[in-house]
Amino acid sequence: MEITVTVNGREVTRDVEPRLLLTHFLRDHLRLTGTHWGCDTTTCGACTVRLDGVPVKSCTVLAVMADGARVDTVEGLAAGMAETDLDPVQQGFVACHGLQCGFCTPGMLMTTRALLDRDPDPSPATIREAISGQICRCTGYENIVRAVRWAAEAEQQAATTTEVAR
Amino acid sequence: MQVPATFGYELAPDLAGALALLARHGPDARPIAGGHSLLPMMKLRLAEPTVLVDINGLTELGGITVDGDAIRFGAMVRHAEVLDSAVVAEHLPILRDAERVIADPLVRNRGTVGGSLCQADPSEDLSAAFSALGATVVITSRDGERTVPVREFHRGPYETAVAHDELVTAVRVPIRPATGSAYEKVERRTGDWAVAAAGAVVSLDGHTVVRAGIGLAAVGAEHFVAAEAEEALRGAPATAESFAEAGRIAAEHCRPTADQRGPVDYKRHLVGVLVARTCHRAAARARGEV
Repeated sequence: MEITVTVNGREVTRDVEPRLLLTHFLRDHLRLTGTHWGCDTTTCGACTVRLDGVPVKSCTVLAVMADGARVDTVEGLAAGMAETDLDPVQQGFVACHGLQCGFCTPGMLMTTRALLDRDPDPSPATIREAISGQICRCTGYENIVRAVRWAAEAEQQAATTTEVAR
Repeated sequence: MQVPATFGYELAPDLAGALALLARHGPDARPIAGGHSLLPMMKLRLAEPTVLVDINGLTELGGITVDGDAIRFGAMVRHAEVLDSAVVAEHLPILRDAERVIADPLVRNRGTVGGSLCQADPSEDLSAAFSALGATVVITSRDGERTVPVREFHRGPYETAVAHDELVTAVRVPIRPATGSAYEKVERRTGDWAVAAAGAVVSLDGHTVVRAGIGLAAVGAEHFVAAEAEEALRGAPATAESFAEAGRIAAEHCRPTADQRGPVDYKRHLVGVLVARTCHRAAARARGEV
């Protein structure tokens, strides 16, 4: 059946089988391979994207269920190609070494971006709770938590600076 | 790669439309809400519905509202909404406790109250919590609404009182005075199914327990209830001894099976401890202490 989804702000229409999972729609049909396909069992969270703003595991959502919805993937996080265009969460992962192999990173970025949109100053415990549905086998999570705190502080600082500038 | 068998997909426009679609496509059609139980089962080919009727657009099945002396949960309320609800935090802390340990935040963003009950997994936490609360399930068909006490809703593992052309549309939970509640679960790791879990709802008159609801998950309790322990608590003093005795009775009467999550004696031990603990916390909450 034909579905129309707004992916990273761009409206795309494709003819898909009802059994196609959102992960494979993004990766195979749209070639947006930033969304990783991991466990396939709703466990690891590598495939996390935002569906109408809400982070979800895209291996457990049918593409047809996203018809008419907005889907945001890791490819849509950065404003441009320069390093300074990266989302503060991405910059935090760079600054704090929040990844090693990087497989879980796209999902981690999408979840923690959603967290900061909701709670701009989360405690380390809140961050750990937010990412508790995602598995990282490299970092022991310490640096991921630091990276998100880094981003929270950077965004707050930016907000204060903007206020002062006014 | 796990791929479901082929199926047809229908997006239901509203409740009447959903019921008509389910009736038209027959017993092999299934409604899909959050899909976080159904889709994994379809990937494993444990479920092979011929048609999925998507009920995610049914806004009339949303909302947590106070309705007289009851709280109504629309069947499409997501776990995350239950966890964030001020009404739940005030009146039904057992659901807040339970939601904190149901799967993980991402799954809770999709999974629904109605879907959890209809999945009827013997380890499912909301079923135990709603049983402890003495909730009522509202089931709608083209002929109208009927209500089924949650303690009669589950017919066995993965079987419920819902016919193929019906939908669970709401769950109603009574608000009781001088009542507290709590839920606790032991799991192997964050987000896993329970090794054992217990929920307690305790109503007090002074220091006496006038009513106790005790729900159990993952330990083979019929209808998710520890009926003998509830009976033992009625009229008993709200003391640590009474609650420990309730735990002992619940542990004796439940029927856990040994599996990769642990042996039978361990699960019984957990039931004893968790029932006592949750009764204790529920009573403290009833007294306004926590």
